Amino acid sequence: MATALPDAAIGPVPVTPRHGAVAMLHDSWVVAKRNLRRMTRIPEIVVFGLMQPIMFVLLFSFVMGGAIAIPGAAPNHDVYIQYLMAGIFAQTVTFAVAGASAGIAEDMTKGLVDRFRSLPMSRAAVLTGRTLADLVQTAITVVVLALVALLVGWRIHDGFLKALGAFGLLLLLGYAFSWIGALIGLSVRSPEAATSAGLIWLFPLTFISNAFVPIGSMPGWLQPIAYWNPFSATVQACRSLFGNQIGPAPDVWPMQHAVVVSIGWSVLITVVFSWLSVRKYRRAAG
Amino acid sequence: MASAIEAENLVKTFGPVRALDGVSLDVPEATVLGLLGPNGAGKTTAVRVLTTLLQPDSGRAAVAGVDVLKNPNQVRSLIGLSGQYAAVDEYLTGRENLQMVGELYQMSARDAKKRALELLEWFGLSDAMDRTAKTYSGGMRRRLDLAAALVVRPPVMFLDEPTTGLDPRNRLALWEVIETLVEQGTTLLLTTQYLEEADRLAHDIAVVDHGKVIARGTADHLKAQIGGERIEVVVHRSDLVPEAVAALAPYAKGDPAVEKNTRRITVPVSGGAKVLAAVIRELDARSIEIDDIGLRRPTLDDVFLSLTGHATEDGKGADEDGKPAKKGRRGHGKDA
Repeated sequence: MATALPDAAIGPVPVTPRHGAVAMLHDSWVVAKRNLRRMTRIPEIVVFGLMQPIMFVLLFSFVMGGAIAIPGAAPNHDVYIQYLMAGIFAQTVTFAVAGASAGIAEDMTKGLVDRFRSLPMSRAAVLTGRTLADLVQTAITVVVLALVALLVGWRIHDGFLKALGAFGLLLLLGYAFSWIGALIGLSVRSPEAATSAGLIWLFPLTFISNAFVPIGSMPGWLQPIAYWNPFSATVQACRSLFGNQIGPAPDVWPMQHAVVVSIGWSVLITVVFSWLSVRKYRRAAG
Repeated sequence: MASAIEAENLVKTFGPVRALDGVSLDVPEATVLGLLGPNGAGKTTAVRVLTTLLQPDSGRAAVAGVDVLKNPNQVRSLIGLSGQYAAVDEYLTGRENLQMVGELYQMSARDAKKRALELLEWFGLSDAMDRTAKTYSGGMRRRLDLAAALVVRPPVMFLDEPTTGLDPRNRLALWEVIETLVEQGTTLLLTTQYLEEADRLAHDIAVVDHGKVIARGTADHLKAQIGGERIEVVVHRSDLVPEAVAALAPYAKGDPAVEKNTRRITVPVSGGAKVLAAVIRELDARSIEIDDIGLRRPTLDDVFLSLTGHATEDGKGADEDGKPAKKGRRGHGKDA
């Protein structure tokens, strides 16, 4: 270790102060770059993130697909996989919650959030940088998952453009949910707790929906909840856009206007949870 | 001299615990203030308030003349912070870590890159700069963390227990870097549990306990507060003790203390080395054989004990005041 620093150690260094939105974008990009680099250094995270949805595709379609009846078709694996994929895609993107919550909780415990908070940088950038990096990871996961699904018989039936629209809705939902993860990560402060807290409520959320079975098969009192579930709207919208809807969409308002409802929910969740998270970040630890 | 760090009557409570109970500090430019105290005394909470990480309940503070509560972002561009938990991203390389910090201090990507290389070289991390920080030793991480605090050559630095957990060699090296920075005009607030560290690095020491500054002054000033120096003599045989006590009597400023089984005699004196020389001549003239003799000044440990009624805890407790990582137990440090 150098025992003496050169005289040049002290004195101003060139800085170019940035303000407002420019600072926000610049700082978010720097933090996103950092999180993407981490991803390449810990590829296990991406790999394990892929294994769960792939396993779900295989288990649901081959094990249960033959037994689940979709309105307008007899129970059949080839039919069910068409129905299933929108649900699996949507469930997969919402798992971005776990990545964001665990990542931010880890930064809190390792003192990195303190480091960032002591720097003259945008107060939102640590969180937007995180959620943007998660969005990239989600996109990669969705692409790989689509390829696997194509291999086991899933098809797009209504044109490439509409399918792109569906992927857009999925990424929007994933982005919204990563902000929920950000708030969880800032609140629990242990990466292990953050992982559980990030995942546990996703199971009821994604199962009390049209993701895996038609809502019409659920008890009457549960149906309104399932139909208005933000998750169901995206699933229904994607199912239609992929051309995977068998028979007419359920005659319920949110299902009939699924694209609008899906976008609405995603924007609402993003706005509310980014506001709550940034507020929490400013006050972190006090 | 102008103050680089000023705090007035800072109060911060966590539930029933008053982590800061009216702390006032001022640190003149280009000097070092050592904040000395046990775990949970409020040192880290004070640093967190001054570095804009924590809002105090009341009081005011300014760093480099800028109000910490009103213009926190301007303060952030003027300070460097390095803590006891080396806050580096272990999955980034040393170079990437410093470059990221530079860019977030709003340097251009090019300047940040250049600055990172300079710092890596100064801190002896050039060979390791393209390895992830995960592979670094504890000492290397700490150096990287300190380098990160130095990226913009900030005029004011806060080091929170910078050498806790370091081996003696790394500690000494870090001290030397800190001394160089201060020589070059950096103002430094340093928290430490190590009396030796405060003694060596700090111009001024504030002793903190239970969220209050209980004593303030130079190391010598604090030592003088609890009394003067003593001569300690260990004679060769126990039958020499009475004669040695008689020989010391003319120089003593108080009653001698005798430990029979160790043959150690301690007498308070004044006059320093001159008296020591006279005592040695006297003992020699009387042919009293000695095993050891020395002039002993009170240590900061003695100071701390006499000020607080309890000794500082050596080593590192798990709970540190006001750290977010330990939320559940925040503010419940054993001395808080």
